[in-house]
Amino acid sequence: MNSNSRRATLALALLAAAVLLLVTVAGTALHDAAMVTDFSRKNLPPSLTWLFGTDWMGRDMLARTLAGLSLSIRIGLLTAAVSAVLALVLGVAAAALGGWVDSVLSWVIDLFLGIPHILLMMLLSLAFGKGFVGVVAAVSLSHWPSLARLLRSEVLQLKNAPYIRVAEHLGVSRLAIARRHFLPHLLPQFLTALVLQFPHAILHEASITFLGFGLSSEQPAIGVILSESMSYLTTGRWWLALFPGLALVGVVVLFARLGDRVRALLDPASVHA
Amino acid sequence: MKHRLAFAGKKLLRMALLLLGVSFAAFVLMAASPLDPLRTNVGQAALGTMSSEQIARLEDYWGVNTPPLERYGNWLSAALHGDFGTSLLYRQPVTTVIGQRLVASLGLMVFAWLLAGALGFLLGCVAGAFRDKLPDKLIRGWCLLLSSTPSFWLAILLLLVFAVWLGWLPIGLSVPIGADAASVTLMDRLRHAVLPALTLSITGVPSIALHTRAKLIEVLEQDYVLFARARGESYHSIVLRHGLRNIALPALTLQFASVSEILGGSVLVEQVFSYPGLGQAAVAAGVGGDLPLLLGITVLTAALVFGGNLAADLLYGVIDPRIRRGAAKA
Repeated sequence: MNSNSRRATLALALLAAAVLLLVTVAGTALHDAAMVTDFSRKNLPPSLTWLFGTDWMGRDMLARTLAGLSLSIRIGLLTAAVSAVLALVLGVAAAALGGWVDSVLSWVIDLFLGIPHILLMMLLSLAFGKGFVGVVAAVSLSHWPSLARLLRSEVLQLKNAPYIRVAEHLGVSRLAIARRHFLPHLLPQFLTALVLQFPHAILHEASITFLGFGLSSEQPAIGVILSESMSYLTTGRWWLALFPGLALVGVVVLFARLGDRVRALLDPASVHA
Repeated sequence: MKHRLAFAGKKLLRMALLLLGVSFAAFVLMAASPLDPLRTNVGQAALGTMSSEQIARLEDYWGVNTPPLERYGNWLSAALHGDFGTSLLYRQPVTTVIGQRLVASLGLMVFAWLLAGALGFLLGCVAGAFRDKLPDKLIRGWCLLLSSTPSFWLAILLLLVFAVWLGWLPIGLSVPIGADAASVTLMDRLRHAVLPALTLSITGVPSIALHTRAKLIEVLEQDYVLFARARGESYHSIVLRHGLRNIALPALTLQFASVSEILGGSVLVEQVFSYPGLGQAAVAAGVGGDLPLLLGITVLTAALVFGGNLAADLLYGVIDPRIRRGAAKA
C-alpha cells in the first residue's frame, strides 16, 4: 500500500467515524423528542415533514430511530471494549501461563462456543435480570471466546520465538514477559478486533432486545422499534419496520468498513490476503 | 481401524464432559436470575389476591424453594436416566415438547444448512478464483451487506414483500390459521416454511462464502500452483484440480461449524414468522422462566453443535487418506 492510498484509507476511516459520532450526538440530543406523543399526527406515512413517518402514538420515527441508534452505538462501544479486554486477558493468560490454566480456559472457551450465540446471550441476560445491565452483560460476556482463542494461538506461536526464549533464560518472570513482549506484539491485532467487534455487538444488542431479553419497551431501542412494528405490518405500515432497519444496517456497515480500514492501517500484511 | 475407534472414543468423552459443563453453566445462569418466575407468569395483581398457601404451592411448582445445587443434582440424575423433567409452561414432559418442536424445525434447519453451505461454497469459490475482479467485488460487497443485516429484520422485510405486499405466501405459523389438523396438506406446510427457510439460508451464506474465498486464495498462492502454471496448465483446471481438492477440508469444517449459526438464527427467524419450532420454544421458555425446558433445549442444541464438530473430525479421515494414516500413528 503506498502512502497515497494510506492517506485515502485514513480519510475514509475518519469520515466513517465522524458520521457515527454525528449519529450518536444527534440521537442523544433527540432522546426527549423521541418520547413526545401527539395523537393529532399518528400513523403518518413518510413525508417531507416526517421523513421516517410517525407511529400509532404520533411519535416521530426519525427521532426514535436516531435515539435508538445512538443507544445502540453507546452500548456497542461499552460491550466491545469489555469483551475485547476480557479476551486479551484470558487469551494471554491461557497461553503465557500454560499448564492447568490453559486447559481450564480452553475448555471454557469450547463450552461457550458450543452454545448457539443467541441462546447464550438469552441465558446471560436472564442471569443479570434483563434490561440495560442484562444486555451489556450478555453481549460483553458472550463475545470474548473466539477472540481469546485467536490471541491464545498467537501467543503460543510467539512463545517459541528466539527473543522470548532468551528472555526466559535470562530469568525474566512470566508476568513481565507477558507485559513487555506479548502485549505490545498483540496490540495491533487487539485494536483491530476491538473495532471489528462493534458491528457484532450492535447487531446482537438489537437481536436480543427484539426477542424481549434486552432493553425495556420504554427505551427507544432499534430492537424495540422493530418488534413493535411487527404488530402493524399487516395493516400496511411498512415504514415502521423499513427505515429503522435500514438505518441500523447503515450503521453496522459503516462500523464494519471502519474496522477494515483500521486493520489496513495497523496491520498492512492483512490486506494482502 | 482400532485407532480410529480410540480417536472417536476420546472425542466422545470430551463431548460428554462439555455437555455436562453446558448443562451446569446454563443451570447456574438461570438459577442466578433475579427475575421471579411467579411474578412473570402469574402477574403481580393476581399474586396480591392469593392466599399465602396458594403462593407457597406455586413457589413449589416453579421450584423457588429448593436450593439450586439440590435442584441441579435432581435434574442431572433424572436426565441421565432420560427424564428431562416437565415443562412448566406447556405442562408436558420436556422430551415431548422438544420432540414436537424439533420435527417442525428440523426440515427448516436442514434445508437452510444445506442451501447456505452449497451457495456459500459456490460464491466463495467464484470470488476466490476471480480475486479482485468484478465478480469478487460484487460477491464481497453482497456478503458485507448481508452480514451487517440483522436476520430478524431481513425476515420482516421478506414478510412485508412476499406476504403483505404481494400476498404470495402466508404471514406466519406452520399451518393455515383455523385449519383442522387433519386437513393440513404437505403443500400447506411447505408454503409456510418457504420464507423462514429462505431467510435462514440467506443469512448463513456470507460467513461460509468469505471463509471459502480466503482459503481458496491461500491455496492458489502455493508453490505447486505456480508450478502447475509454469507447466502450462490452464487456470480453469488449476482451480478445479488443485484449488477445490485442497479446500475440501476447510470447507467441511466450515459447513459443520455453521450448525451453531443456523440453530441460533432459527431462534430469531421463527420468532418473526411465529413458526412453532424449537427456537420459538426457547424464547417462550426464556421469557416465562421455564427452567427445565430452556435447559433441555440448551443441552440439545449444544449436543448438535458438538456432534457437528465431531462429524467434521471423523469425515476428515474419510476424505483425506493422509489424515487416516496420521491418526492411526498417533
